[in-house]
Amino acid sequence: MELKNRDTGSWSPYIAGGLSGLVIIVSVLWTGQFFGASTSFVRSAGMLGKAFEPERVEQLEYFIRYLPKFDWQLMFVIGICVGSLIAAVWSGSFKWQGVPDMWAERFGTSSLKRGIVAFIGGIIAMFGARLAGGCPSGHGLSGVSQLAVSGLIAMIFFFVGGIIMTRLIYCGGNK
Amino acid sequence: MELLIMGLITGMLFGFLLQKARVVRYDKQIGALRFQDMTIVKFMFSAIIVGMVGIHFFDIFGLVQLLYKPVVLGENIAGGLLFGLGWGLLGYCPGTQGGALGEGRWDAVWGILGMIVGAGLYAEIYPFLMKRVLGWGYYGQLTIPQLIGVNRWIVIIVFIAGVFGLFRWFEKKGL
Repeated sequence: MELKNRDTGSWSPYIAGGLSGLVIIVSVLWTGQFFGASTSFVRSAGMLGKAFEPERVEQLEYFIRYLPKFDWQLMFVIGICVGSLIAAVWSGSFKWQGVPDMWAERFGTSSLKRGIVAFIGGIIAMFGARLAGGCPSGHGLSGVSQLAVSGLIAMIFFFVGGIIMTRLIYCGGNK
Repeated sequence: MELLIMGLITGMLFGFLLQKARVVRYDKQIGALRFQDMTIVKFMFSAIIVGMVGIHFFDIFGLVQLLYKPVVLGENIAGGLLFGLGWGLLGYCPGTQGGALGEGRWDAVWGILGMIVGAGLYAEIYPFLMKRVLGWGYYGQLTIPQLIGVNRWIVIIVFIAGVFGLFRWFEKKGL
């Protein structure tokens, strides 16, 4: 346990997680906004689509429901990137890396291979999140903290799917 | 405009905490799915229990507006599973992958692009899904206390006790 925590500048996940819970409470009290992320990808897709085929985007019902524009959540998702950058630079843990260590150990150091799998994984994950009605932020953090049954079911199946996939691709691998 | 700035600030705080606890990394996300490192689960449940107590406390005084998705079994289960399978390939989730990019893990760019494509794809076939698939197993807005018919604070206390038990077990096992 101690060995794992020797990563300098890192905080205990219990402390950082608990503080995130406080951020959720303040956000809900102040602006009425619960954490979520996957809707932002719908809005981004709509905005990008508008650049190429504006008529098509205007016709699609889903983009009428989720208008392609900047909103609280999209800014929140962008903010996560900025906040992480600040924390990483400040604690000296920023590192340009295109192939994660665990991935490289099992599948090699080709960043093309990693990129293709990550891209396909992203498509499947987002399609699933939209079908489920949310991601680990919306269903997991926000849904479960409100004791929503939908959040609990979705979160259980996020992990079931994830465990199945990692079993498949890492089976017979290291450890 | 103010809401957009609040979104950015909230995201920055969350991103800072995510990076500090190292939750954004592929190795941590896949580490949890392979039962090797439960950092992300510790973070998630710590945020959930703090958020849960705060949100329900302020709800007593009508200071917060609860906002969660209805139960639609087919969507929650199938979407959850699909998300999990994609997550197992990508190793990042919609909210945290911006944070991974923020600390220099640029393979997250492929995931972000994939997710935008996935969201566009979902918007394209949404009319078909509406007609044939969506809405199966609809039970509406439902919370765990409503489902089992007990006071919500009993559910919260049992939930927190369960989470503490889980944390103790993780620490004992050195996960």
